[in-house]
Amino acid sequence: MGEAIAFYTLSALILLFAILVISVRNTVHSVLFLVANFLFVAALYVLLGAQFLAMIQVLVYAGGIVVLYLFVVMLVKLKQPETHRDPQRRSRLGLALALAVLAEFVVIALYGFVTPAPAGAARPTDAALAVHNVQEIGWALYTDFLVPFEVASILLLVAMIGAIVLARRGM
Amino acid sequence: MAAGSVESMATDATRPMFDTDELVINMGPQHPATHGVLRVVLKLDGETVVDADVVIGYLHRGIEKLSENRDWTQIILLTDRMDYVAAATNNLAYCETVEKLLSLEVPRRARYFRTILAELQRIASHLVWLGSHAMDIGAVTVFLYCLRERELVLDLFEEYCGARLTYNAMRVGGLPLDVPPGWDRRVLQFCDVLLEKMVEYETLLTQNRIWLERTRDVGVISGPAAVAIGLSGPLLRASGIPRDIRKDEPYAAYGEFTFDIPVGTRGDTYDRYLVRLEEFRQSVRIIRQAIEGLPEGPVIGKVPRLIKPPAGETYHANEAPKGELGFFIASDGKSTSPYRLRVRPPSFCNLQGLPQLVRGHLVADVIALIGTIDIVLGEVDR
Amino acid sequence: MIELIVFPLLKIVFILTGVLVAVMYMVLLERKVQAWIQVRLGPMRVGPHGLLQPVADVLKLFVKEDITPTRADKYVYTAAPIIVLVPALIAFAVIPFGSEVHLFGVEIPLYLTDINVGLLYIISVASLGVYGIILGGWSSNSKYPLLGSLRASAQLISYEVAVVMTLIVVVLLAGSLSMVGIVEAQLASGVWFGFVQPLALLIYVVGALAETNRAPFDMPEAEQELVAGFHTEYSGMRFALFFLAEYTNMIVVSSVAVTIFFGGWLRPFPNVAALGFLDLVPGFVWFVGKTFFVLYLFLWIRATFPRYRYDQLMRLGWKVLIPLAIANIVVTGAVKVLL
Repeated sequence: MGEAIAFYTLSALILLFAILVISVRNTVHSVLFLVANFLFVAALYVLLGAQFLAMIQVLVYAGGIVVLYLFVVMLVKLKQPETHRDPQRRSRLGLALALAVLAEFVVIALYGFVTPAPAGAARPTDAALAVHNVQEIGWALYTDFLVPFEVASILLLVAMIGAIVLARRGM
Repeated sequence: MAAGSVESMATDATRPMFDTDELVINMGPQHPATHGVLRVVLKLDGETVVDADVVIGYLHRGIEKLSENRDWTQIILLTDRMDYVAAATNNLAYCETVEKLLSLEVPRRARYFRTILAELQRIASHLVWLGSHAMDIGAVTVFLYCLRERELVLDLFEEYCGARLTYNAMRVGGLPLDVPPGWDRRVLQFCDVLLEKMVEYETLLTQNRIWLERTRDVGVISGPAAVAIGLSGPLLRASGIPRDIRKDEPYAAYGEFTFDIPVGTRGDTYDRYLVRLEEFRQSVRIIRQAIEGLPEGPVIGKVPRLIKPPAGETYHANEAPKGELGFFIASDGKSTSPYRLRVRPPSFCNLQGLPQLVRGHLVADVIALIGTIDIVLGEVDR
Repeated sequence: MIELIVFPLLKIVFILTGVLVAVMYMVLLERKVQAWIQVRLGPMRVGPHGLLQPVADVLKLFVKEDITPTRADKYVYTAAPIIVLVPALIAFAVIPFGSEVHLFGVEIPLYLTDINVGLLYIISVASLGVYGIILGGWSSNSKYPLLGSLRASAQLISYEVAVVMTLIVVVLLAGSLSMVGIVEAQLASGVWFGFVQPLALLIYVVGALAETNRAPFDMPEAEQELVAGFHTEYSGMRFALFFLAEYTNMIVVSSVAVTIFFGGWLRPFPNVAALGFLDLVPGFVWFVGKTFFVLYLFLWIRATFPRYRYDQLMRLGWKVLIPLAIANIVVTGAVKVLL
C-alpha cells in the first residue's frame, strides 16, 4: 500500500520534471530539471530494491553526465534564453516520430501482458538482493552478460579517445 | 578550458563554430599580489599570456622635482621614501653621489658602519621579497617567518636612529650618529639567528616539489637578453652575468671585505630564488667581517657648514638589494639645491623586463614573475 | 513504531547539530592552527582565547546586506549555495560514529542508517555537490566567476575519479560497500586498512584535498589569482553557506577516511587482548579523535605548502594519481585472488 503511494508520487514527479525539461525556455533550467528527474528515477530504483543501480544512477548520470551537459551549455555561447524557432511547437516530423514510438510502446506492453514470464532464469530472492545487491549484480554482469559489458566498455573508451582527438585538433 | 581550442572543429572553413577573441584582462592597480599600486594589462589567448603592458605612475610623488627645491641634506629625507623597504640604501647612494661631487673623504669608521647598515638593509629587503613571493605562490607561512626576522632588523635600526622604516640614516660625509653601545654585539647575535632560521625557509621551499614546479623554468631570461633590457641585481646574476657593483666598483668599505657573488645558470625564477638566498649568507659574512674590523674614529668627515658642490654633474651607483641604484646629480655651483636630480631605480628598469618574462606563460605565473622581479612601487614611480 | 520514527528523528537532530557546531568551530580551529604555525596567536578577543569567535562570525553574516546582482538568475543564485551544502550534510546519514550504546534499555546504534551501499551513497551524494559550484559561478552573470567555477568543478570531477578508485581497493579488502561492514572487516582482520594500503591512503588524502578545494589545490579560491572564484558575487548568508559547505565537506571526507582507513570507532590493535584497557575510551571518542587528527592534517598542509598551478593540478590528477590508483587496484585484486 505504502509502496503504491510512493510509486505513483514518484512517477508523477518524474513525468512532471520531464515535461519541464522540454518546456522551459532557459537551457540551464532545463538541465537542472533533468537532474531532478534523474534523482527521482534513482528513488524509483530504490523502491524496486535495486539500491546499487540507484546509487550508480546518481553518481554517473546525475553527477557525471549531466555535469558535462551543463559545461557545454554554459561554455557555448547560446543566445539566452534559447527561444524555440517554431512558436507553435508543432512539427509534422516530430509528431510522426512521437506516434511511432507510442505505437511501439503499446505493442511491447500488450506483448508483455499476453506472454507469460520465462520460467527458466533463476532470479535471486528479494531478501538476498537486499543484502547482497552488489554481489548479485557483479555475478550477473561478469558471467551472463560479460560480452555486452566488454562491448560497452570499448564503446566508452572509443568515445573518450574520439573526444580527445577532436579537441586536440584545435591546438 | 579555452573555448577557442575547438574552433577548427568546424569543417566549414569560413565560419568557426566558436568565437575566439584575445581576452584583455586588467590586473590592478588594486590587487593583493602586485606589491603596490601596479597595473598590468594582460592580453590572453585562453590561459596563455600573449602580451603584457605595464602601467605605472600611481605612486608618483614628484621626488625628483621636489629635490630641486630642497637643500642637499633635506633630500636625504626624500630618498628614504623611494625604496621604502630598504631606505638606508637609498640614503647611502645619494650621499655617496654628493660626496663624489664634493670630492669629500669619508672616515673609515663611517664607511664600515655604512656597509653594515647597507647589508642589514639587503637582508631586510630580501626577507620581504622572500615572504611576499612565497605568499603569492601560496606558502603563507614563510611570509610570517620572514617578517619575524625582519622585526629583529627593524629593532636594530630603531635602536640606532629611532625609526623603523624611513631611517634618514646617513649624512653627506658620514652618519649622524655613532654606533650605540652593545649594538655590534646584537648585530652579531642577529646574524646567528638569521642563519639558523634560514634553515627553516630552505626546508619549506628549496626542495619542495610544488615550489620547484611553480618556479623552475618559469620566466627564463638569458644573460645577453637580460643585459639588453637593462636588468640588474639578482635578476642579472641569476641569468649568469656576474655583475655586482660591490665587486666591480666598490663603494663604502666593500673593497676591504671578502665575499662571493652568487651567480645562477638558467635564469629562471628558481635560480633567482637561490641567488637571493645565497646573498643572505654573503651579507652575513660581510657584516661579521665589518663588525670585527670596525675601526675607531669619527663617523662623519669634514663637511662644510653649507653644502655647495661645485658646478658639475656626476653619476654614482650602488648595489641595492633590488639591483643597480644610481643617482645622477647636476649641480650649478650657485644654489643650495641640485640643479637636477635623476634616480636610476632598479625596480623601474627591471620592471621593463616583465613583458618579455611573461610572454608564453600562464596567467597564474604572472604573479610569480612579478614577485621574482622584486619591485617596490615607491622606487618605480618616485 | 517509536523506533521507526522517533529515534531516527532524534539522531538526525543530533547529527545535524553536532556537524554544524563542529563546522563553526572548524573555522576557528583553522584560524588558530594556522596562526600558531605562523608564529601568531589568531583570534583572541571574542571570548576567552577567541572561543566565541564563530558566534560573532555567524551573527555578522546574518545581518549582512543580501545583495543579488541585477541580471543574475534569482532562483539559481539562491539555490546554488544550498545545492552545495545539502549533499555535504546528508552524507552524514551513513557515517558510523560508533557501534552501539545501551540507552533506556534499548540498543541504539551510533549511526543514522547502514545501507548496504553506504560508501557508494557517499560518493554519489558528493558528486552532486559539484552542481552548486557550477551554478554559483554561472548565476553571478559575470565572466570571471563562471570561468572560475568551471575550473573548480573540472578539478573536482577529475579528482573524484582517483578517489573512487582508492575506495574500490578498500571494498576489495572489506568485501562490502556498507560503512559498518568495512569497519567490522577491519575488526575481523585485526589491522586498519590504512596500514595494508598506504598507497591508497596517500592517493585518497591528496584526492580529498583536491575535492574539497583545499591547499595546495585551492587555486580556484585563492585571492591572489586573477580569475575570480565562483563565490565572488556572493555575500552575507549565501556566502556563509558556501563556506560552511566547504568545511562540512572537509569533515565528511575526514570521517570517511577514518572509517575506511583508520578503523572507524575501533581502538588501535582491536584484536590484541593485552591492550584491552584502551576499551575504557568509548568508540565514539576514538572516532572523533581520529577525525580531528585527519582534519588537523588538512590544516597543517594548508599552512605549509605553496599552491599548485591549475594545469599542474590537472596533470597530477590525471597522469599520476589515476594510473597509480588503477595499478593499486590491479595489484590488490591479483594478491587477493592468489592468496
